[in-house]
Order: sequence, then structure tokens, then C-alpha cells
Amino acid sequence: MLSIAIIVTREVLEISLILGVVLAATRSLRGRARWIAAGLAGGVIGSAIVAMAAGAISDAIGGMGQEIFNATILLMAAALIAWTVIWMKRHCMSVSKRLREVGVAVTEGRRPFYVLAVVIWLSMLREGSEIVLLSYGVLVSGVSVSSLVAGALVGIAAGSLVGVAMYLGLVRIVTRHVFSITSAMLVFLAAGMVSQAIEFLGAAGIVGPMSSPLWDSSFLLSEHSVAGSALHTLIGYSAQPTGLQLAAYVGTVVLIALTLWRQGTVARS
Amino acid sequence: MDHAATRRRLFLALVASLAIAQVAAAENPDGRKRGKYVIEILNHRFVPAELEVPAGKKIKLRIINRDATPEEFESYPLNREKVVAGKRRITVFIGPLKPGRYPFFGEFHPKTAQGVIVVK
Repeated sequence: MLSIAIIVTREVLEISLILGVVLAATRSLRGRARWIAAGLAGGVIGSAIVAMAAGAISDAIGGMGQEIFNATILLMAAALIAWTVIWMKRHCMSVSKRLREVGVAVTEGRRPFYVLAVVIWLSMLREGSEIVLLSYGVLVSGVSVSSLVAGALVGIAAGSLVGVAMYLGLVRIVTRHVFSITSAMLVFLAAGMVSQAIEFLGAAGIVGPMSSPLWDSSFLLSEHSVAGSALHTLIGYSAQPTGLQLAAYVGTVVLIALTLWRQGTVARS
Repeated sequence: MDHAATRRRLFLALVASLAIAQVAAAENPDGRKRGKYVIEILNHRFVPAELEVPAGKKIKLRIINRDATPEEFESYPLNREKVVAGKRRITVFIGPLKPGRYPFFGEFHPKTAQGVIVVK
């Protein structure tokens, strides 16, 4: 049961960190509870489907289907997170304002909810499918269902703790800079996802140039460690980044930051 | 922001990427000859646990899962993570690599599934 709990904790940790940041940053979207629930429920179902299709996905696209699939999910999630942070800036959504106060039309107002649900769904797919596959393997090996469920529940609880702590910590920041802080975290989250996507595309053999690691900072902080994997998820920390990953990361940050800055100047004029 | 145009562009990018992927996957790395770089998973262990490959070349690794349960081939120094379903096989491209030892493990059974790629 313990080994199951440990693996599930690691997978859930990644999901909960992303959710913690995204949910804290979008706190001003009132009435989002059912969209979050829909995203989570869809994520569970989606994970099961991806797990069942794992073999077929792997064999696709010259045997690189899994890498392409993962890269695509990451890029889509990054794009949607970038959209969210830009949308919120455009509609002057500081964390305390209500949607209605800003006078946003109803149709315009629903789009960020759809996006939030999809971001949650996408974030759950990869790790969620691994949890499903792990569970299937464990059951086939003869471990009792109760043992599996116990291990999974412990893992989910433990993994969620960090995300919950992140969320509570972020929403308690009582300075006028809280919006900038959560927005910055969303930007780095998206950039990290793009960097990860590049890694998968490199594994698929699609991106060749600038694919040698530039340095190895494992001696400082290993991606293996708890802090290292948390940073890997939150800001895309990589102990051995390639030139292409670095370029993509910086490019994403610059692109989103420029768009945000332009939103700011337009609003003020 | 023109959402329709953005969606079109994203879709085209996705299609283009898939096309490039097919072409890229057809490239001929070392190890394409059958059975050259093969690692099997048996009873949640990698066999062989140590595999020697040449430095400076793109290598095609075949991972064959002889177990009925899935495993995830993962390696931090190689920057690879890939699930292999039970009784299935996957391909993992690695390299070009500098000489050294590159450990990998099976995330679903980390205690027993341990191995290393030795690059000479």
C-alpha cells in the first residue's frame, strides 16, 4: 500500500500544484465551482480513456505517439493559461473585483469558465492516466482492491496538501500586488509547460537543433527531489535544459509579458 | 482577438507538426537493425540492467514489456519518460550522448526496476 501511496502522491503533487496556482489566480471568477467540478470529473474520465488507449497512442506516429500527445496537451494547456492571464488583465480582474462589477457581458463572461474547466481537465490527463495504469497493474498483480484504494487515497490526500497550501498561501496575500504575483506565477507555469513540451518533441526526434543540455545543475537542485519536482511543475525548472528549451521558455515569458503590458497601456488610454 | 483565425492557425500548426513527426520518425538512427538495443521488462526488472551504447549517436531503444502490467520507463539524465503497456513494446530515442552512465528506472516499480545506459 505504501509504494502505491508514494507513486500516487508524486503524480497528484504535480496536478495539485497547477490547480492551486490556477484556482488562486482566478478566484475573482465567482460561481466557478461547477466548472471546476466539471473539469475534475472530465479529467477522471479522460484519464481512464487515455490509460486504456495507452498502447494505441504509443504505437501511433512512428512509435512517438505518446511524446506527441504529451507535447500537444502541454502546449494547449500553456496557451489556455496564457489566454486566461491576458483575459483577466484585459477585464481589469483584480482578485477582489466581482465579474458583474466590471460590467462584462454574459457571453464574454462565460468563456474564462470554459477555459478554466479545460485547463483543469488537461492538467489531469497525463498524471491521471498514469495513476489509472498503475492501479490496473497493481490489481492484476493480485493486490487487494482495498489496499489499492487505501494507497490511492493516502496518495491523493498527501499530494493535494501541497496544492492546497499553495492556494491558501496565495489567496492570503493581502497586498495590492497579489494580482501581479498570481499573474506572474501563471506566466511561469505556462512557460514551464512549453519547455516540457519541447522536451517531449525532442524525445520524439522532431526538434533537432540546440538539443544538447546547456548545463547540469543537479548538484544544486535535483529534479528528483521534492523541491526540484515542485519547481519543475511550477516554473519549469530543469536541471539539464537544452538551448531550445531555454529559448522557448524565455520566448513564452516575453510574449505573454508583452501582451500583458500592451493590455495595460490600452486600458489606461 | 480573432478567435476563429487563432483556432485555424492552431489546427494548422497541429497538422503540420504531425506531418513533420512522421518524417522525423522515419530518420535512421543507430540500432535500427532488429534486436540491437533491446531492454526487456520481466518481473518488474529491466533485462539487461546495463546496456552499452556508442557515444555521439542517436540511438533507438526498444523496450519490450514481457509483464502483463504496465510500466513507465523514466530517466532524469536522459530526460525521457514513457509508459509501456503490458505485453507491448515502445521505442525510445536517446542521444547523441556524451560518455558516461545514465541511470533509468521504472516509475511503477522503482524498487526493482533499475537500470543504466553506459555510453562509451
